[in-house]
Amino acid sequence: MKRIYVNEKWCLGCHLCEYYCAFANSGQDDMAKALKDVVIHPRIQIEEQDNISFAVNCRHCEEPLCVKGCISGALSVRDGLILIDADKCVSCYTCVLSCPYGAIMPSAEGAIQKCELCVKNGRGQPACVEGCPNMAIVFEER
Amino acid sequence: MHYVIIGNSTAAIGCVEGIRQADSRGRVTLITDEPWHTYSRPLISYLLQGKVDEERMKYRPDDFYRQNGCTVMLGRVAEAIDPAAKKVRLKGGQTVSYDKLLVATGSRPFTPPMEGLDSVPAKFSFMSLADAQALAAALAPGDKRVFIVGAGLIGLKCAEGLSGRVKSLTVVDLAPRILPSILDEEGSAMVREHIAAQGVDFHLGQSVARFEGNKATLTGGAEVEFDLLVLAVGVRPNTELVREAGGQAGRGVIVSARGETSLPDVYSAGDCVESWDITTGESRVLAVLPNAYRQGECAGLNMAGADKEITDAFPLNAIGFFGLHMVTAGSYAGEEYTRRGGGNYKRLVYENDRLKGFILIGSIERAGIYTALIRKQTPLSSIDFELIKEKPQLMAFSRQERARQLGGRV
Repeated sequence: MKRIYVNEKWCLGCHLCEYYCAFANSGQDDMAKALKDVVIHPRIQIEEQDNISFAVNCRHCEEPLCVKGCISGALSVRDGLILIDADKCVSCYTCVLSCPYGAIMPSAEGAIQKCELCVKNGRGQPACVEGCPNMAIVFEER
Repeated sequence: MHYVIIGNSTAAIGCVEGIRQADSRGRVTLITDEPWHTYSRPLISYLLQGKVDEERMKYRPDDFYRQNGCTVMLGRVAEAIDPAAKKVRLKGGQTVSYDKLLVATGSRPFTPPMEGLDSVPAKFSFMSLADAQALAAALAPGDKRVFIVGAGLIGLKCAEGLSGRVKSLTVVDLAPRILPSILDEEGSAMVREHIAAQGVDFHLGQSVARFEGNKATLTGGAEVEFDLLVLAVGVRPNTELVREAGGQAGRGVIVSARGETSLPDVYSAGDCVESWDITTGESRVLAVLPNAYRQGECAGLNMAGADKEITDAFPLNAIGFFGLHMVTAGSYAGEEYTRRGGGNYKRLVYENDRLKGFILIGSIERAGIYTALIRKQTPLSSIDFELIKEKPQLMAFSRQERARQLGGRV
């Protein structure tokens, strides 16, 4: 299965991946409208310190502790892809406590949110990968 | 091959999913004394609150049993295991033969003797969907005074579920503080203040001296008048089936890291078993949902011929009350780092170069990075501990470790 991989050597710390993620999941078709004067809640997030930076999002683990620990059955695995059913989530945050990468977070709406590789928002390709200007984020089989 | 599972909750479902990873053909039969499709027990408080309905409480989709080739015997009580004949006897006399058996019987409410308890007309437990339904039915017309004995996870989730639907909520606990199983003194005081501000009246450090009908007299002398009584003092693991069949049990059923009991071809998982807690080095009943699932799945894999062990168990709790969230893990004896302010509380506990436990109240972002340090017993000297103390972050790991985590298959 194709997954997102990050190479911190190439990360410029530009945060474009965060904006592309927020736009892709905003439900709007105009990037300026979707993001202007908006506090974004991207599912991919940059860590940076001194001259190191890198993006972190769901790793779609083979042993997904978030799914196994989910108290409501809101998280599930389909063909290796870890999906969240926001209607079933009760925001207990057991998944936040379980994810070793810190890649699941509360959303602005209340339920948790996580990277779903843009399969639900009609993009086809992960928007962060397309938007990364330096190929620090790639989508491939490894 | 016939796999039989006694139970239909988290560990049982984990077992089905474990079996099906290794064997797509064997027959699977679940036996449950409840009449429902598998549901999430922790959601019963959300049901009272109206945040979920019974449909949304389902732990797995409607077609789960069909998709996984399971036969479910609803409303049937398993009375005995005959490990020599490899049979489970049900109430009514029917027997079910098994090749491999999982006992996932969970736990039940435990109430110590209390003077005059028999004189209380309306009393409830709060562990099952039936309990929640009975309590909900008794609430109408909405002017009830509710008295909850027990300020642990069950009692306080019940209080939250009832808040706004009742006239008053009073909670008593023998312990001097709330949630003693997951919080330290300071965290406990912070959460108590928050819950008390929602109108819950606490009487801590005392118990009920006696009940007389709808009145309780507390050991401190106070009298509490109520309409409905909820007993949430504690739980006891359901070990009887295994114990009476000759299997080893202490406080919980004793199982190997593979989930095997001392009886041949009989496995056990979930709230009815003891687990080895890596943060205390003791065998104890953990009774937390993520652990129950993983144990059930591990047992299922092994029942179907795989070879799996769970050797990284410890307590884990994520819970919220009236909008205040908290996550806790591990145990709290050791050196500590504490931060407080802005409505948040953080305590990290470490010993011998390892993180042993933590409490985060309020801000809980990325807590799983701390959890992983406990689970993997990562030497703190191998990471930038000063940095990660501030907030959970992958920046604290070495470049090579990050390359593995973010650039490799995990």
